[in-house]
Amino acid sequence: MMKSASTLIDTVPTPKQKQVKSTVFSRLRKNNIAFAAFLFIIALHLLVFIGPLIWRVSPEALTTHGALTGWSLQTPMGTDEIGRDVLARILHGGRVTLLVGLTSMLFSVFLGVVVGACAGFFNKVVESILMRITEAMMAIPNFFFVLVALTVLGTSPVMVVIVIAVSSWMEIARVVYGETLKWKQYEFVEAANAAGASPLRILIRYVIPQIYPSIIVAGTLCIAWAILTESAISYLGLGIQPPTPTWGNMLQNAQQYIWTAPILGILPGVAITLIVLAYNFLGDGLRDALDPKVVRKK
Amino acid sequence: MSRFLLNRLGQSIVLLLIVSVITFFLINLAPGGPSAAMRMDASEAERQAIITQLGLDEPVVVRYAQWLGSAVTGDFGVSFSTSEPVLERILSRIPYTIELTLFTILFAVSFGILFGIISAVKRGSLRDHAINFISVIGLSIPAFWLGLMLILLFSVQLGWLPSSGVGADARGENFSLLGWLSYLFMPVLILSTTILPNIVRFTRSSMLEVVNQNYIRTVRAKGAKERYVIYVHALKNALIPVVSIIGVLIPRLLSGAVITEAIFGWPGIGSLIIQAAQGRDYPLVMGVTMFVTIVVIVCNLLVDLVYSKIDPRVKNV
Repeated sequence: MMKSASTLIDTVPTPKQKQVKSTVFSRLRKNNIAFAAFLFIIALHLLVFIGPLIWRVSPEALTTHGALTGWSLQTPMGTDEIGRDVLARILHGGRVTLLVGLTSMLFSVFLGVVVGACAGFFNKVVESILMRITEAMMAIPNFFFVLVALTVLGTSPVMVVIVIAVSSWMEIARVVYGETLKWKQYEFVEAANAAGASPLRILIRYVIPQIYPSIIVAGTLCIAWAILTESAISYLGLGIQPPTPTWGNMLQNAQQYIWTAPILGILPGVAITLIVLAYNFLGDGLRDALDPKVVRKK
Repeated sequence: MSRFLLNRLGQSIVLLLIVSVITFFLINLAPGGPSAAMRMDASEAERQAIITQLGLDEPVVVRYAQWLGSAVTGDFGVSFSTSEPVLERILSRIPYTIELTLFTILFAVSFGILFGIISAVKRGSLRDHAINFISVIGLSIPAFWLGLMLILLFSVQLGWLPSSGVGADARGENFSLLGWLSYLFMPVLILSTTILPNIVRFTRSSMLEVVNQNYIRTVRAKGAKERYVIYVHALKNALIPVVSIIGVLIPRLLSGAVITEAIFGWPGIGSLIIQAAQGRDYPLVMGVTMFVTIVVIVCNLLVDLVYSKIDPRVKNV
């Protein structure tokens, strides 16, 4: 009896994962925009993480060239309003911004998966408590929550990451909840249960892996959202505080200098737009690539 | 029908209670909350005054119960900074936010549906790709930065539009339509970017689903003109799900209003929450947050009601 149950478990789609992965990748490669976005994201990450090792100017120290100079060989992008090197600030700011995006996404995906999977998998009481909390969080307009939370909790980088994540896990939780409800009815779950696997093990080993595609798509879009939110709260002065540069807080003072040094206001804004655009395109591309229902044209 | 309504009403009240608990305890238990006033440089008498005014000598659960007790009667307490009742401050700001959001919804829904239809009907064409591309850009540009760029273009460089304010001179006695709209134009445009792309995409996919159905083929087989098929037969059914997305987008719209009002100095509820947060005006923060959540929940309730009217399938849920 046990044996037949475990042979049934082997019919779980997991063994084919490698093949699925390569199909997904080749599907993604055929989608020109999404693949370009993917390459751009990798290139930008390499740039901001390796760049500062080559361009070793401090982003927080004042240069000797003065404030608001135009571009020159010593300061390829000029200096900002108090004479810091803009190139160094863009590179280091990019590090912080991208890290905020990635870490908030990880934390928010974690919260969303835990809440969604538990609500979908366990009993009615857990379900109704967790889903009511999810709905309540969705009813508070995101930005009001972020503003209030950052005011009372402070604006350290860790707090910014946590608050962004806590304000954005609900969409993921709903997706995971729906999928968990669907997958837990399948025979392989029943088989695992018959083989004596504990509920937690069934959830983690058999149910959640089926939801990976949705989680990956939601996670990618979540990075885009986190970067946008960070930049917006920085504009209001509640994000990561200067002198630590982020693309968001570099725009905070740029408004005043938009005529004397337009590059100060334009460069970080363009950088944010491009990276968010790339993550959005990648997320859309992944959604198509991971969805078996989408039949490719041609 | 009334049972459906009663059910949804009950759920809404539960949601509001959860929201009030989350917000109240977040504000009151956080290290930077009202209790931080205790650590400030204040004389013993001032400290005592703060304690009694905020009721800090009571446990937080008791304070919540007191707050809730007066909140249900519409009394959200008194604002720290101006000593006016919180509700009064909110109500004085709300007309501006309603004006801004209503025009935005009007603008975003009409253009969103139009572009969504074009995109679906001309699927795979250059126009479809262009609309899709611009929607994703709209989702990706930080609204405040786009706002700054628009101010740069329209106010600073061209000098066509005012860069901030609501145009008090264009209202009231010497009302001028053009003057009023010139103040409204950029804020509405910026706020639209937060919901327009979603409406376009949703209309597109809803429309694509409908045009592949049998009854559309029948209408075409009868020889109806394409324009008639799309705008009369297909659109009617394609728009039903679009109603539901508008409900989902209300919180996004209000979030966007915070940023938009900050850029353009629009004196609505969004700038009120920024002011309240920066001034650590806790009763006001609490009141505004609850107020916008009530707005969201009531809007969702209305959307559900409309939805159950226009889609006979959900009548008995």
